[in-house]
Amino acid sequence: MDAADLAAIWLTLKLATVVTLLLLVLGTPVAWWLARTRSRLKNAVVAVVALPLVLPPTVIGFYLLVVMGPNGFLGKLTGALGLGLLPFTFTGLVLASVLYSMPFVVQPLQNAFEAVGERPLEVAATLRASPWDSFWSVAVPLARPGFLTAAVLGFAHTVGEFGVVLMIGGNIPERTRVVSVQIYDHVEALEYAQAHWLSAAMLVFSFAVLLALYTFNPQSLKGRR
Amino acid sequence: MDAIRVRLKLQRDAFALDVDLDLPGRGITALFGPSGSGKTTCLRAIAGLERTPGAYVAVGGDVWQDEAAGIFVPVHKRALGVVFQEASLFAHLSVRANLEFGRKRVPPAERRFTPEAVAALLGIDHLLERRPDRLSGGERQRVAIARALLASPRLLLMDEPLAALDLRRKQEILPYLERLHDELSVPIVYVSHSPDEVARLADHLVLLDAGKVVASGPLGPTLARADLPPAFADDAGVVLDTVLEGHEDDALSRLAFAGGVLRVGRRHEAIGSRLRCRIHARDVSLALSRPLDSSIVNLLPAVVTATAATDTPGHVLVQLRMGETPLLARITERSRRELDIGAGRELWVQIKGVALLR
Repeated sequence: MDAADLAAIWLTLKLATVVTLLLLVLGTPVAWWLARTRSRLKNAVVAVVALPLVLPPTVIGFYLLVVMGPNGFLGKLTGALGLGLLPFTFTGLVLASVLYSMPFVVQPLQNAFEAVGERPLEVAATLRASPWDSFWSVAVPLARPGFLTAAVLGFAHTVGEFGVVLMIGGNIPERTRVVSVQIYDHVEALEYAQAHWLSAAMLVFSFAVLLALYTFNPQSLKGRR
Repeated sequence: MDAIRVRLKLQRDAFALDVDLDLPGRGITALFGPSGSGKTTCLRAIAGLERTPGAYVAVGGDVWQDEAAGIFVPVHKRALGVVFQEASLFAHLSVRANLEFGRKRVPPAERRFTPEAVAALLGIDHLLERRPDRLSGGERQRVAIARALLASPRLLLMDEPLAALDLRRKQEILPYLERLHDELSVPIVYVSHSPDEVARLADHLVLLDAGKVVASGPLGPTLARADLPPAFADDAGVVLDTVLEGHEDDALSRLAFAGGVLRVGRRHEAIGSRLRCRIHARDVSLALSRPLDSSIVNLLPAVVTATAATDTPGHVLVQLRMGETPLLARITERSRRELDIGAGRELWVQIKGVALLR
């Protein structure tokens, strides 16, 4: 493995970590709302969150390019704020990955919150815990397996993405060239030995993650749709 | 001042709840009625777990809900405790942490009990380090009761706390509930559909049927009413609070009550103990003169005060008075006619069975 490969691995880990943290922060309120709402909008929101599961990554990438581009509303916003344009930057990649991996975080969290149910929160309220207090002292600890599953799946899925990265991030060393793109480059350049090393590393990593998830948290994947 | 005022009006699909209650601020008040009568809805509305428009709830001078004045105190700001049918302990916390959950959220000055005292009262001192999933059903429910008490409630609400338990577990918990009643000054509203539990525990009785209050009053006189809907008449019976007066040579004990003395099998409580017993209307028969050739020990003079219909064809309910104490008898319509039983008639009652509740 050469320096470019290591840089790609480092970038991938950095991207997946940032994305996972953001996903937990953003996905938790969405999942909480979905688990408890009786709103008629619920199914529409569930469908939107699940879209990345069925859409080709190129479609998501294309729309994001349009939105983040110089004529898109996000592009105009970032331009006006002096941030420049997001496509082909690490930030743009983070944004795209968050959207793309959202269902992998929201669904386990939603299932976990639904499994916790209404009763423990009612009990907490009768024991003088405010809604905010009960969320942290009862709902989150009881939904812990869901958080573990969500974090692991969100991380692993971000590591494994390719299509969206190519559309949004392009292929810029140390900025947007993650492992999956690096492997693609190696194969294109007929550098099969290097492609083997990276691919094997990804394979082992993914297997280890899933094995750990099933071993330490055997309930975690049962509730997933 | 200490009383509990509850006014609820609720229309939900086919179910209408319309309740206006003034409950005593002490002792155990049983909300009793068939399933679907609105007991649990009533309890949840008092707790604030369900917000009902137009409701008024005040406990001991604290107004918890007065929609007319725009007041709705959220559940977590009400000094109450709720024990649900399933113990609903927090699975991620030890028994001790479950007990502390409510207690540590109450300002120290408002705390009324110590964990040690409550754990001893409910017999759970040896369980404190366990996880909830290592407890039996009865133990779990005792921990749930202790947890609710440690939140220093001014009102304890219990929603069929024994209904999910088998008979042995029920028997295990009932003495603890009696201790709560005897040793603590927390008023309890107790939802139940079991006549036995109500007869054993309650001081005050509210009968609910199809969302309406059919009767509300002290347990003894309310149970002895003959004008209740026939649905309640088949399980009718009175509850007597008696004092163990003495023992007799032939292994019987005397229980004194306002209106006479009952003789029951030998009791082991101390002389002077208060014992509550229940006499089913179907265990009482009537005779016009004192039966001299009957094997029944408990024969007492009484006066008929009323008669009423029951749900069972051919049977009537007769309300009587033995001195101060009311009694119900269920007899056939034929006997009523042949003996010409009506209000004012003096006769003798034969009590076949006395169930000692505590």
